[in-house]
Amino acid sequence: MITTNPFEVLSANLPLEPGVMQAYVVLMVLLVIGGTLLDVVHKKSAKYFFEKGQSLKKLARREVGGGEKVGIAVSTLTNEVLTSSEFENRDRRISHLFTMYGFIFFVVTTAILIFGLPAAEGGSGGLSALLWHAGALSMCFGGYWFWFKIRADVRSEGNEWYNVHQSDLFVVSLLLMATFALIWSILQAVTGATSMLSILAFVVFIAAATTLFSTILWSKFAHMFFKPAAAFQKKIAVADGSRDKLPEIPDLASAECKERYPDIPEYMGDNPPYMGLGIKREAPNHY
Amino acid sequence: MPTFVYMTRCDGCGQCVDICPSDIMHIDPKVRRAYNIEPNMCWECYSCVKACPHNAIDVRGYADFAPLGHSVRVRRDEEKGVVAWRIIFRNGEKDMNLLAPITTKPWGKHIPQLADAPPPSQEMRESQYLYNEPKYIRFDDGGLHTLDAAGLTLKTGVYE
Repeated sequence: MITTNPFEVLSANLPLEPGVMQAYVVLMVLLVIGGTLLDVVHKKSAKYFFEKGQSLKKLARREVGGGEKVGIAVSTLTNEVLTSSEFENRDRRISHLFTMYGFIFFVVTTAILIFGLPAAEGGSGGLSALLWHAGALSMCFGGYWFWFKIRADVRSEGNEWYNVHQSDLFVVSLLLMATFALIWSILQAVTGATSMLSILAFVVFIAAATTLFSTILWSKFAHMFFKPAAAFQKKIAVADGSRDKLPEIPDLASAECKERYPDIPEYMGDNPPYMGLGIKREAPNHY
Repeated sequence: MPTFVYMTRCDGCGQCVDICPSDIMHIDPKVRRAYNIEPNMCWECYSCVKACPHNAIDVRGYADFAPLGHSVRVRRDEEKGVVAWRIIFRNGEKDMNLLAPITTKPWGKHIPQLADAPPPSQEMRESQYLYNEPKYIRFDDGGLHTLDAAGLTLKTGVYE
């Protein structure tokens, strides 16, 4: 079952041409691009990043070269984008990674499976189908963990897990899409591609996917575009010395620090010890 | 002026939610970033500003130490045991860094074990002093301490 291309089964059993499915995928891609551009215009995020960059440039102590910028972009990609290193909370990071990679695998393999239709004789795209199911499962794991544990924990004002608001548009449509993709695939194998239950699951799957990709302006979908920009700008601010208007904390044992801040050696000694963790000893629990 | 959060820096970790004494720092359920739900109730204690691991929270400082249009930012490094401030005036000419200790001993290692302290004697119980009071205000060591006794003088005006 998990190595079967569900779109191929659907196309073979129902009067649904591969061209229609391919047009749907293209439409969703266009909706994502259009929605993101609308979001950028509406929230003025591009303007914000540009103006912030200009204001920090005035405080810069040195010029960051092109090569260094490329290095910073690569480190942003490997840390913040690929491993979600900006999350302080370990559980949130793991949950986010499961959801993110699940989503990527799911979307890419959906395109491969649909654009591979009609499948050549003998080649059924087994690996892509396997990754499609694994992606949906990974999204469900990360997403439901978030929904039942992490999200409920944040909402300490008495909002239970079953309270759904418009603000949950992104995560709910994402979870419905992944869940009903799996249910649809299972029902196809168990009850047949033309059964009522299977078609119903497929309709919910498509409705959830359409909602997810067409409501970017009202959901938090666009975070995947502006978060890397924010992380990159943060690193540039450190590299050029402006430090986003934040103070510098020098080496406390250095002679320069002792001369500039005589309070430090007076109260903390010539070689201040490592003080360990204070409030960070306990993970925040949002209460 | 109350706290505000730079949405692009915040990752919704919840340190500010935990530490806010007014319980007004919350996580927005949609974007999962922190925000001040009731700015009128914020007394600008800077607890959340210092606790934020991403320096995502800011406060406009009081006008008595920096004029309007300035930037006052703070970093608390608990592992080094210091807090650093940077004040930039609006014309950019004044760019001042300050550094001060916030602890002189490692965190959590030198907590007074009050349970192990000997119980007060009957004489102490009947006296007008509070528990440990003579020791801390040092009435038992030369009477009331004054500026004169300590060789200090009170200056007038604003200290430079």
